[in-house]
Amino acid sequence: MTDTALDISLTVNGERVAERVEARKTLVDFLREDLVLTGSHIGCEHGVCGACTVRVNGEIVRGCLMLAVQCDGATVETIEGLSDTTEIADLQAAFEQRNALQCGYCTPGMLVAAQDLLKRANKNKTVPSREDIRAHLSGNYCRCTGYHAIVDAVEAVAKQRAGGKK
Amino acid sequence: MAQRYTRQFALPRVDRIDRAAFSVTIRKNQRAILNSVTRRQNGEVRVKPAPFAYTRARTLKEAIALLSKHKDDARLLAGGQSLIATLNMRLSAPDLLIDINGIKGLDGIAKKGKTIEIGALARHTQVERSDVIAKHAPLIALAMPHIGHPAIRNRGTFGGSIAFADPAAELPACLLALRAEIEIAGPKGKRKVKADAFFKGLFETALKPREVLTAVRIPAADKNTRIGFAELARRHGDYAMVGLAACARAAGKGLTDVRLAFFGVGATPVRAKKSEAALAGANVDAAVAALDLDPDDDVQASGAVKKHLAGVLLRRVAKQLMEPAS
Repeated sequence: MTDTALDISLTVNGERVAERVEARKTLVDFLREDLVLTGSHIGCEHGVCGACTVRVNGEIVRGCLMLAVQCDGATVETIEGLSDTTEIADLQAAFEQRNALQCGYCTPGMLVAAQDLLKRANKNKTVPSREDIRAHLSGNYCRCTGYHAIVDAVEAVAKQRAGGKK
Repeated sequence: MAQRYTRQFALPRVDRIDRAAFSVTIRKNQRAILNSVTRRQNGEVRVKPAPFAYTRARTLKEAIALLSKHKDDARLLAGGQSLIATLNMRLSAPDLLIDINGIKGLDGIAKKGKTIEIGALARHTQVERSDVIAKHAPLIALAMPHIGHPAIRNRGTFGGSIAFADPAAELPACLLALRAEIEIAGPKGKRKVKADAFFKGLFETALKPREVLTAVRIPAADKNTRIGFAELARRHGDYAMVGLAACARAAGKGLTDVRLAFFGVGATPVRAKKSEAALAGANVDAAVAALDLDPDDDVQASGAVKKHLAGVLLRRVAKQLMEPAS
């Protein structure tokens, strides 16, 4: 069977979704156009900017470098899901408090990528350094902040979570 | 969960509205409106790649049979971190994508005697976190964090990076430095190609159209193995402006069997053989002076700058080679 459109079923932000999609449709286009989950942004569309970062089966990926048909049977989480479950409420608050965004275009991808680092650090009982944070977010472009405020926000949350506080 | 769908009718408390608005089901109802707007704007729904058919190969045999049938019209889809980008830009427009991600048994990482075998479908992240790699293939471990960004490494595959053979990529140079062997499967069975003979030209390898790269074998490091790695890139994780992967053996107080594989300085990873000889004689200045590289100008830097940077990297890597591996 070689088709230009395929039926897929997957879980998106905890909900079962069954759709027929064109093989050539990228995951981020599918999320934005078919599911109207427009929180994941589209920047460069060739894997450089990180604005489309989402989680597939728990690992962050570029939404523009994966096809929707490849997500058949997968669990996909977007910025809407991470917000909805309050998983990143503290991180979002820290971004706001420290002015870690201006236009906000990169912010959804930035938050998803930062949460990936924080989650892994928490699991390994480590606190990421500023260098670790910069390395982990190196795949996410921000054209407003100059990154300092973003690193500040992520570092603050890393320390907060390690301290067992909210 | 059932409560979720009633929230849109509840009192307009901000948190409730937000939660309801983010529900996939509710958002799907807005699709008709959005699509009509899109169609009006563009005359059609926006999709970047040209149309192609898609199929999943469940076995290696099936993948090879599909390649044989469709020849140049088909491309293998592994991690897709380079392929999908080229599809998005319509630099590539195959009729068929053969997704090989579901083929079992191609993603192993194991020590087999004095050799480390890395399956073609092992993801970069998997290699990066592997204890076997950290212990027995330290050069690969050193190079991994430089390959793309975390989200790219989660999808990109070891074999894909080798088969794609970007001239500024880290892994092809590592394989050349390490005297790796590349395992290839085709209609007539399996064959092995040495890294020295694998990288033939710009994005050109010893792989034939009906073949699949299945594994890479690297000699396991021992107590005399010395390795070094350094690269310069505009941004951490980007392709290198210039990079160097190196391997040598400690012999008394000096080095022997030095292999310096530069990347980003030519159509393929290239060895600087005159510098290798100088470095074996423990003369770093002579090794830098002997650099027999002739990089072309590119968008990042002129050839002269690249050659200068190659010398800078050589000094850094020479230091790493002369110290015992940690």
